[in-house]
Amino acid sequence: MIAADLLVAQNIGFTIIAAIMVIGALRVVTTSNVVHAALWLVVVLAGAAAQYVLLAAEFVAITQVLVYIGAVMVLFLFGTMLTRARIGAETDLNNKNWFMGVPVAVLLFATLVIALNDGFGDQRLPSDSPVVSTQQLSDQIFGPYLLPFWALSFVLLAAVIGAIVLSRRD
Amino acid sequence: MLAAATEMTETVLSSGWFLENAWLIPIIPAISFALIIFFGKRMPKKGSEFGVASMLGALVLSAGAAYQWIQRVNGAEEGAYIAPIIKTWTWWQNDGVSLGIGQHVDGLTVTILIVVAFISSLVQIYSLEYLRGDRRYTHFFASLTLFSAGMLNMVVAENMIQLILGWEIMGLCSFMLIGHWWEEGANSRAALKAFFTTRTGDIGLLTGTAVLYFAANEWTTKTLGVSGFSIRGLSSWALSGDPSSAAITVGAVALFIAAIGKSGQFPLHTWLPDAMAGPTPVSSLLHSSTMVVAGVFLVARVYPVFFEGLNILGSGANFIVIIGGITIVIAALLAFVQTDIKKVLAYSTVSQLGYMMMGLGAGAWLPAVFHIFTHAFFKACLFLGAGSISHSSSHHSFEMKKDMGGLRKFMPITFTTWIISTLALCGVFPFSGFFSKDEIIDNVGYSGYNVFMIVGLAGAFLTAAYMTRATYLTFFGSPRGASAGEHHEEEGHGAHASHDDDAHDSHDTHGHDAHASHGPHESGWLITAPLIILATLALSSGFLNAVPFGHGWENLKKWVEPSAEVINPTGVAYVVGGAGEARVTAIEAGYEKSDCGTKTPVDGVCVAPQLKHAPFKWSKAALSTFIVFAGMLSSWFVCVQLYGRKNKKLVGLTERNKALGAGYKFLLNKYYLDALYENVIVRAIAHPIARGAYWINQNILDGIVNGAGTSAKTVAGWVYRNVDQKLVDGAVNSSGNAAQAAGGSLQPVQSGKVNMYGALLFGSAAIGALILVIINT
Amino acid sequence: MLVNQFLMLGAVLFCIGVYGVIVRKNAVMVLMSIELILNSVNINLLAFSLRNGSVDGHTFALYVIAVAAAEVGVGLAMVLLMYRNRRSIGLDELSEMKG
Repeated sequence: MIAADLLVAQNIGFTIIAAIMVIGALRVVTTSNVVHAALWLVVVLAGAAAQYVLLAAEFVAITQVLVYIGAVMVLFLFGTMLTRARIGAETDLNNKNWFMGVPVAVLLFATLVIALNDGFGDQRLPSDSPVVSTQQLSDQIFGPYLLPFWALSFVLLAAVIGAIVLSRRD
Repeated sequence: MLAAATEMTETVLSSGWFLENAWLIPIIPAISFALIIFFGKRMPKKGSEFGVASMLGALVLSAGAAYQWIQRVNGAEEGAYIAPIIKTWTWWQNDGVSLGIGQHVDGLTVTILIVVAFISSLVQIYSLEYLRGDRRYTHFFASLTLFSAGMLNMVVAENMIQLILGWEIMGLCSFMLIGHWWEEGANSRAALKAFFTTRTGDIGLLTGTAVLYFAANEWTTKTLGVSGFSIRGLSSWALSGDPSSAAITVGAVALFIAAIGKSGQFPLHTWLPDAMAGPTPVSSLLHSSTMVVAGVFLVARVYPVFFEGLNILGSGANFIVIIGGITIVIAALLAFVQTDIKKVLAYSTVSQLGYMMMGLGAGAWLPAVFHIFTHAFFKACLFLGAGSISHSSSHHSFEMKKDMGGLRKFMPITFTTWIISTLALCGVFPFSGFFSKDEIIDNVGYSGYNVFMIVGLAGAFLTAAYMTRATYLTFFGSPRGASAGEHHEEEGHGAHASHDDDAHDSHDTHGHDAHASHGPHESGWLITAPLIILATLALSSGFLNAVPFGHGWENLKKWVEPSAEVINPTGVAYVVGGAGEARVTAIEAGYEKSDCGTKTPVDGVCVAPQLKHAPFKWSKAALSTFIVFAGMLSSWFVCVQLYGRKNKKLVGLTERNKALGAGYKFLLNKYYLDALYENVIVRAIAHPIARGAYWINQNILDGIVNGAGTSAKTVAGWVYRNVDQKLVDGAVNSSGNAAQAAGGSLQPVQSGKVNMYGALLFGSAAIGALILVIINT
Repeated sequence: MLVNQFLMLGAVLFCIGVYGVIVRKNAVMVLMSIELILNSVNINLLAFSLRNGSVDGHTFALYVIAVAAAEVGVGLAMVLLMYRNRRSIGLDELSEMKG
């Protein structure tokens, strides 16, 4: 009973994936090779997708894979190539700001840890909640959240036009 | 009779493919618009072929729909209610609010569809020649096509939302088309003026739609199973006795404000003459069939709402009839002081729209719709004629006094078509305007609005007078300015440059010298063909509803006017798409017996109020004809006739009209008449009044706007001197000094390095969050 | 499973992302760091969604993904523009805003 409640398999899965994600994320911000950083980002994003599955969000997970790993990463690689970043290690990818970055990140993390521990302590997620179906999600998006959806469409349209305007040669 | 009526109850009304698929009509030009935008420039004709083809396609479908509608009406018993063909698809829905899109096809719809598709086709054909070589040729056709699509969509609209969609598309396209030659400041200002003025009215449209929706939705959903946006639903609801008088009055007034803006009615008419800045085909389309009749169409479409909300046919004058009456007179007077031929026509349009509104306001629904129909033809013809003159003879000038005159010899086709349309506009007997305008005036009087009948007659007088003046200045007398071949001199160039110099650059390179050698000449067939077609219709379209010839000639009334019958909304939702609705009351042949509009229907719904129809009397027609002729007589009678006798090309006109023929011999001294018209009549009578009206227009109406600005400026000046300079500045200066000191010390933070900003942002966020966490724990 | 384990994961990713934004000189790398931040937000949204038993969080997660895609598109266009004008995408060299 206890074992069932603890969801051992899920917890192990979470821990492994989380560890990989954290390592990947650290590599993204520390590696001296832009292409490697992009590949590490893929690892993190795939891990995030796996976490979404653990969180009973299949559709979001699939979208994550399609949009992020499929499209956004390609964009990043193209951006890298078009700006002729060296394929290989670069010496000056980082600036001299680590003395700001580390304290800020640590401070933020400390604040978050305090707040989260305070707020959620050891609340448990419901272990038996059903997977959110795509239909539920679409009812949600095209029902009460229709207006934001429209607004988002306009954001995307504006982004598309903006990207074209910015990057065309004229 | 009664037995026959009950037998007919089960008859299914005929329908057909064209009626069932009328929603395709606006789709065709809409698709064509996309094609022009994306592929137009690569096509051999620069995209214009898409535009013309789509308009011709729309015309064919409209004609088919009209034919099948007539079949449908003829298949039913006379006076019976002919159910419109309504189709609805859900466009989108959100939390119980469901918006449909579809079609509502009835007699009014097919009438306007025919007019719009027809005029649009001709205008596009005309534009092929008129705008040849224009630098934005493709975009022009794209806008023109989308414009027509908007209007067609509005006409077939099943509900108010779809109607607003079309309405706004038109607003946008009119902006683009009026400002087509935006390089010139005046044009873009005119475009902005048109856009903003109509937008002011649009506030009323949105408000009115919302008010009516919230007032009507419950009733329409329960009774008819349609939403409160549905035109059919709103019409029935207005006559059902359900609406509170406040709601429906507010809704009707708001909607009418929209119509005022779009149709250039009195307080908001100022944009229309300025809209002449666009290319002439645009003016023609805008002023005859699409943009400006949109407001009239709106009123005609949801007429029961106005009927109930504004108490039409009740005691006393109502909002619509007052506005319409004022517009007729104001605009007609303004037409006298214009020297630009297109502006004369513009004010004439405003005045004629006033007639339509007045007719609607006085319960003369059918004559008003009929006037839309006939007015479209003759006004389009007049505008295209003006364009033809400027294109071929006066060298792109529209100044009648400076650059025209005596053109009848050079442009026989343009001249003949112009005269026919002018006579139609004035309402001379066999021409189309007579049948529609006289019906309006007649019915206004018959319904008890005697004051407005007199206003209408005065308007007819003025119309005849100013159109005669415009005709004289353009076609008679001796050629002046550009028409006399002076266009290579400075003046001609100046007049030319003030119009469309930029846009006609390429045209000029080959056209200029040609003009110099020929002088004024007739336009090419692409321009004259539409003129001839339109003039023929201006001549003949009146016979569609020729009331004077008896009941059998009142075809439009039979086909278009919805019967004011009480009908049963069968079952839960009313039947759509073909099947007739079960008739509750047997209607006798007189069909003026219905109580719709006056009493609450008991066992069904009404969709149209019972209106009165004035019986035709030749004495009344004679009176109005007399007034029209008096208008010409007192200003210019003799002059027009003289040219009729001398000009062999006008023989047809004299044959058609004995009165005109008899008067011709009086016209011998044109200079004398010119002087008479200009100096005596206009100066003495019309000029002061017209100047006064123009003054009111310029000073009072604009003054209110300017006054608001000026007073705001005055107040602002005082505030600036006293409050701003003394009080605020002191505070600002000292705080500024403090800020400067603080800024100086913080300057190093503004390193210009993005990462640093990021660090500061996140760092301060972290500190802020930390403080909050500490406080809360 | 605890709510906190997901939230903590989100917090870690967020802080790493912030560190990346501050430290990285290459504009593309900064954009990648921003992606990390957005993903951490998504994890939080989905965790809360599961905790509260509502679908709203999923909706917002999808919206965030869409906005992120738009952001990357525009961001990379800007990077391209920057590269074309300066032959470099180093953020240090963009110091016109220096006060």
